[in-house]
Amino acid sequence: MSQPDLIIHDEKDNVGVVVIETTKKGQNCSAWIMENDKTVKVPSTNDVPLGHKIALKDLKVGDTIFKYGHDIGKVVKEIKKGEHVHVHNVKTKKW
Amino acid sequence: MEIPKSFLGYKRENGRAGTRNHVIILPVDDISNACAEAVANNIKGTIALPHSYGRLQFGADLELHFRTMIGTGKNPNVAAVIVIGIEPKWTKKIVDAVAATGKPVEGFHIERSGDIETIMKASKKAQEFSMWASEKQREECPLSDLWISVKCGESDTTSGLAANPTVGNLMDKLEPLGVHLCFGETSELTGAEQVCAKRGATPEAQKKFMKTWNDYNEFILKEATDDLSESQPTAGNIAGGLTTIEEKAFGNFQKIGTRKFIDVLEPAEEPKKGKGLYFMDTSSAAAECVTLQAAAGFNIHLFPTGQGNIIGNPIEPVIKLTANPLTVKTMKEHIDCDVSKLLSREMNMSQAGDELIKSMLRVANGRLTCAEALGHKEFVMTKLYRSA
Repeated sequence: MSQPDLIIHDEKDNVGVVVIETTKKGQNCSAWIMENDKTVKVPSTNDVPLGHKIALKDLKVGDTIFKYGHDIGKVVKEIKKGEHVHVHNVKTKKW
Repeated sequence: MEIPKSFLGYKRENGRAGTRNHVIILPVDDISNACAEAVANNIKGTIALPHSYGRLQFGADLELHFRTMIGTGKNPNVAAVIVIGIEPKWTKKIVDAVAATGKPVEGFHIERSGDIETIMKASKKAQEFSMWASEKQREECPLSDLWISVKCGESDTTSGLAANPTVGNLMDKLEPLGVHLCFGETSELTGAEQVCAKRGATPEAQKKFMKTWNDYNEFILKEATDDLSESQPTAGNIAGGLTTIEEKAFGNFQKIGTRKFIDVLEPAEEPKKGKGLYFMDTSSAAAECVTLQAAAGFNIHLFPTGQGNIIGNPIEPVIKLTANPLTVKTMKEHIDCDVSKLLSREMNMSQAGDELIKSMLRVANGRLTCAEALGHKEFVMTKLYRSA
């Protein structure tokens, strides 16, 4: 049970959360999926700090972000696999 | 871990038990704060609860004011109460309602006497109460005497990943033992509201939840001048990696584990359906929410934080836990329970839940929380609308 770089809640999720102080640009991160206890590899395109999200696949404008297996917002700017996912490319569907 | 079946609490006249033994000086209104604070300064072992409201309120807002004042006085963490208001009638209304618990309570009004005479009279009574309360001893109380409220704050993604599910794990373990539980934060369930509604134990509870959430959401949409960015989520949430209200809501929702709620409470309303989990309609602002939960009779609070919210409450001990290793490192004096090893997988969720149960029982038995040691006493009334 080695320390993961990212944790993914649910198999259905398309983002993972950084759980180390920061990922480094180009780092091949080890990501632990809580739901099924599998580990997958995800590249980090940027330096992404603790608690921030990384895309697990390419996402286009209008796509839904899934976390906890649920809809947590929409993509407003194209995101490539491994890129930082946050307020600059994702917005709420509420409010 | 075998869960202890009891804790050491203060048994009260009405059969409830407290984790604390406060003598409070409760001002009815903003202009009585000075008097209440003078009494608390005169008499050691008492604490004043100043606040900003209580004049010219009306309708549901006034009812909430009284419910909060009376509920705070009735809370089993309070041994005795001095009520001070400007006018006799509203002062007496609070005194009479608190007196129904059987605990010592006395009211004083300032009109026709002035501050100085009121301070003298109230101080004499406060001294009597403080010395009486100081002889109360902790006794063995069943675990079911714990009424546990929860609310998270300055959340980040580590909250939803680890600290909030730790609270959920505690709920899953303790609910079968007969405790009362309460979660709130109506607006902060936005995005997860349908999933949350399904956790209502009955169709009535589900319906009541959706009505409560819809009302709050309509109010937000009516008052909002933008997309609420930096309000919900807060700038702190965003710094911690939370992007949208939906993401925050699903993280928040982890606090109730796999439990179902049996009823939906008005702000500061005392639960009346017995043991189990309740949802309370509250703001998501920490001090407002905890003040309402304490006024509903909850006697111990669990507060998961990500980026490091520092809130405390004057009568209900607030236990902080975090899974964020940076928060543990940089704000150590605020963290009662460190579950950051969940993120490095050096600890599993059940172990984290056990750690939190242990921390909570130590506090229930009398250990000061970080917030108590640091003097945090945020007592914040919820105001529904402008006064008349």
